[in-house]
Amino acid sequence: MSIKVEHLTHIYNKGLTYETVALDDVSFEIETGAFAGIIGHTGSGKSTLIQHFNGILKPESGRIFVNGTDITEKGIKMTEIRKRVGLVFQYPEYQLFEETVAKDIAFGPTKMGLSEEEIDKRVRDAMELVSLDYDIYAGRSPFELSGGQKRRVAIAGVLAMKPEVLILDEPTAGLDPRAHREILDMLEKLHQLEGCTVILVSHNMEDMAEIADTIIVMEHGKIVLQGTPREVYEHRDLLMDIGLEPPAAMQFTRLLEEKGIKLPGSVMTMNETAEAILRLLRN
Amino acid sequence: MLKDITLGQYYPGESVIHRMDPRFKIIATLLYIVALFVMVNFTSYIFTVTFLVVVVALSKVPLKFILRGMKPIFIILILTFLLNLFLTKGGDNIFSIGFLSITTQGLRSAVFLASRLILLITSSSILTYTTKPIMLTDGIEQLLKPFRKIGVPAHELAMMMSIALRFIPTLMEETDRIMKAQMARGADFETGNLIVRAKGLVPILIPLFIGSLRRADELAMAMEARCYQGGDGRTRLHSLKYSHLDLIGAIAIAALLAVLIIQRIYFA
Repeated sequence: MSIKVEHLTHIYNKGLTYETVALDDVSFEIETGAFAGIIGHTGSGKSTLIQHFNGILKPESGRIFVNGTDITEKGIKMTEIRKRVGLVFQYPEYQLFEETVAKDIAFGPTKMGLSEEEIDKRVRDAMELVSLDYDIYAGRSPFELSGGQKRRVAIAGVLAMKPEVLILDEPTAGLDPRAHREILDMLEKLHQLEGCTVILVSHNMEDMAEIADTIIVMEHGKIVLQGTPREVYEHRDLLMDIGLEPPAAMQFTRLLEEKGIKLPGSVMTMNETAEAILRLLRN
Repeated sequence: MLKDITLGQYYPGESVIHRMDPRFKIIATLLYIVALFVMVNFTSYIFTVTFLVVVVALSKVPLKFILRGMKPIFIILILTFLLNLFLTKGGDNIFSIGFLSITTQGLRSAVFLASRLILLITSSSILTYTTKPIMLTDGIEQLLKPFRKIGVPAHELAMMMSIALRFIPTLMEETDRIMKAQMARGADFETGNLIVRAKGLVPILIPLFIGSLRRADELAMAMEARCYQGGDGRTRLHSLKYSHLDLIGAIAIAALLAVLIIQRIYFA
């Protein structure tokens, strides 16, 4: 499922002295099956942008197409759109409320009016996707789990709706390195196995370099860069200017360049750098 | 929707009213409310209205902002007006349909009561519009201090108030966020009958309660970590001081009260 945005503008507190333009004439397209990353500094408009994709926020002007359907038109059933575009908010564990993990994950599917067997199947599938053992966790209270587990339950709650597009707002924020890794692996699995279009919002460029195949960089409500990670990371100075830190591997190669050592090819991840250095040493 | 509530909000500014001491402003507001109940005749109304108009003008809070704060109590206002209009008997009949009739006495008391309510609300909101919540609670604490001897926990009350005030915007934001998150999972808060809608609130209320408890816990910990022990021996960064502005204000409010009392004694 593709998402296309044309001249999207969003203004908070319009008409008041403290009105702020959160999105300013934003246009782009994310194709079906893509793994897109949206990066930007805090307050750059990332979160505002993604909340337009399933109609939670209404734009001031501009149009949003989900699979060719303009969702800004009147008479569009938002509940239908929300079944197909899943949105995982920042710190989603704070939205858990049911007595058991299984019931909480079933909230979305129940609202969709599915049969009981189908709901049960979806809960099991979703828990498997986020690597939570059904037999151990299904009957537990979500409030007695660890932070990383709670977050996975919350993500499973959105996955159980089987969205065709999955949008996640900083899904790894505040997690320890291991839980962080697990979430990223889960997203990759989801993208490859289920063919889900994934949109990931983050300011971690390291993750983006590794996982995304297209990146949108935002600053002050505008898109400043767009392309593959390799293309985007070419603009190191611009990224540094807007307060984004390039991946450690790229900073490392830059330091090498300053010392007059040029690594062959362009490298982005730690592994690529290691291989490039190895190649250089062997020659 | 939640953002429209201006009643009890602070409107940033540097006007003379803003610069007055919060203790004086609290007492002055109380005296003004007393004044509203001392009023007996039309002349008194002219005095109280003029007084408030001058205060509002001095405070430089836009009229639009004040009117917007009135919105939530508009229905109460209309209801009081209508009840008084139709139910007060006495004087001459002006108008009647069936069992409903309007008398001169009814019209008089309806107009007076409604305007009294408007003055009451405007004057107390001017207090909160021109005083930072933290200053307000500071003022209350200072004013309640003498009563500590008879067991009034002045500092604790003030601290509870400032914490409550501090977390109103946070809770509103949190509610907004949780609502959006549950909407993204297919929750619908706008359709269905009353019971369906009330049930629909559960997915918002439970996370909200859990969040509040968690935050209270964290706040208590943070306060203890900074050696908070209650009010005893606590000094403050900005201590309150009366200025000449407060003196002028005190003279003005005393004059108003005096005029109204004279009106009541000699002209009522």
